[in-house]
Amino acid sequence: MSTVKVELIQAANLSVAYQDKLVLEDVSFTVREGDFWGILGPNGSGKTTLLRSMLGLIKPFSGSITVLGSAPMNLGAKRDQIGYVPQHAHIDFNFPIHVRDVVLLGRSRKIGIGRRPGAKDRESVDKALERVDIQDLANRQIGRLSGGQRQRVLIARALALEPDILLLDEPTAALDVTAAEGFYEWLHSMHLKMKLTLVLVSHDVGVVSRYVSAVACLNRRLVAHGVPAEVLAQDTLEQMYGCDAMFFGHGRVPHMVVLPESQGEHHHD
Amino acid sequence: MTELLQFEFMQRALLVATITGAVCALVGVYVVLRGMSFIGAGIAHASFGGVALGMLIGINPFFSAILFCTGVAWGIGLVSESKRIHEDTAVGIFFASTMAFGVLLLGFLKGYRVDLFSYIFGNILAVTQFDVWASLVLAVLVVSLIVLLFKEFLFLTFDAEAAQVAGLPVRRLNYLMLTIISLTIVLSIKAVGIVLVSALIVSPAAAAHQLTDDFKKMMLLSVVLGVSSTWIGLFLSSWLDSASGATIVITATLIFFICSAFSPHRRNLRRRLLTLRNDVGS
Ligand SMILES: Nc1ncnc2c1ncn2[C@@H]1O[C@H](COP(=O)(O)OP(=O)(O)OP(=O)(O)O)[C@@H](O)[C@H]1O
Ligand SMILES: [Mg+2]
Repeated sequence: MSTVKVELIQAANLSVAYQDKLVLEDVSFTVREGDFWGILGPNGSGKTTLLRSMLGLIKPFSGSITVLGSAPMNLGAKRDQIGYVPQHAHIDFNFPIHVRDVVLLGRSRKIGIGRRPGAKDRESVDKALERVDIQDLANRQIGRLSGGQRQRVLIARALALEPDILLLDEPTAALDVTAAEGFYEWLHSMHLKMKLTLVLVSHDVGVVSRYVSAVACLNRRLVAHGVPAEVLAQDTLEQMYGCDAMFFGHGRVPHMVVLPESQGEHHHD
Repeated sequence: MTELLQFEFMQRALLVATITGAVCALVGVYVVLRGMSFIGAGIAHASFGGVALGMLIGINPFFSAILFCTGVAWGIGLVSESKRIHEDTAVGIFFASTMAFGVLLLGFLKGYRVDLFSYIFGNILAVTQFDVWASLVLAVLVVSLIVLLFKEFLFLTFDAEAAQVAGLPVRRLNYLMLTIISLTIVLSIKAVGIVLVSALIVSPAAAAHQLTDDFKKMMLLSVVLGVSSTWIGLFLSSWLDSASGATIVITATLIFFICSAFSPHRRNLRRRLLTLRNDVGS
């Protein structure tokens, strides 16, 4: 008998629009405590928009979304349980701020208005920096970093909150293979050990199939969702990407091949 | 110099110059880093309407300017919340119209008002005891808010979306920042005037940004440069018998160029020069 897991994020017939353009339509799903969701979908399919609506950065057009039992816009102190690594940060990289302070800012709400960071805050920042292996960059100005290092800073900023739910929007797009592998290994271990709930947007079908416990395939609508082995069957990807696609689950690194229109043969190694 | 300081009007002038230079430079750090220079200029010009309103209904223009500027600043905030209207456009809408409003009001005033000129270009040697107290009170208010909300304003300035995600009251902080800019402008009007105040906000902060990569150091440096600008400008103007506001602003601009020449990151210079030119030109 399995225990009923707490529902953390619930979308019911969620539709989201920018101005008059519907970018998410009739999306319903539930993220439960301890889930590891992977969200797949082509460019412009609404993945980032879905995360933004979970964070209350954009209001639903119709339907509803609740996070930790509240509308995302009025989470109050429950905010501190949610970490977010954006796909792109709207940051001026000439800003006179150092890596450590960027990461510390992530804890602003927790520290509280008019109060200075304490030992606990500094400790969490150190741990977060260490986690993504950028302790040695702590005193660098934010602009003097490579693209991958910048992305690690954003990850560290989310981790510094020590959240229970982590929303990640292509967090490893700029990371090298080793760093990305290491990061996902760590995420997976946190997921297992700490019951960290994860929602990961990624284009990497291999990563998604290896680590996640559930997959959602998005293309304005939720094309399919469920356990990876079933969802990542050929016709789902085909439906989602609008072209022939093949997913190979064998070998050490599973990968997907998108086939050109009129080509029967495919090669992979 | 020391002889000059024996005069009470000169002591008052120096006091107001110090307050103005310091507060403008402090607030300027946010204005420069958030790219709000044009908003600063827009609110400053709006104060003309506020001053004229005060003169017409017979209250101290200082109070009417506070209300009017804050109102316009919030108006700019409100209009630019609409995704289709760029902040820049919102300023453009208010900028000239509030000045036009002031001009219309002045038409109803009987007779020629000499002191209007000192509001437009500033006349620091004419500050009254009231002006000293008024700018002191506003300065204390502005500085306390910045000290109290230091982290929050830093987060808002650096990454507003992340601040919102982190659960900071971003919208309220934003309006509070607009209010702080308005108060800063009103307290500076007597010293440097409506037309010139935005340069005193932008230049010291831009100069400080040339010299450091650290936010707190940038604030400190900006204040030092801002106060230096007003002191040097004030003494130059009494020595040369030139207009005080204009002399202070030109001093601040020269200091900016000197700092840029010694900047460790001069590759940014061209870009900053371009923004500065746009700001001063407006
Ligand atoms: N701020 C915006 N204003 C108007 N339309 C937008 C905005 N942001 C996104 N869109 C549109 O909404 C749709 C979904 O965008 P979204 O960013 O959610 O896609 P995505 O799945 O994250 O894509 P990608 O894989 O490229 O990151 C796209 O068609 C895009 O053009
Ligand atoms: Mg996206």
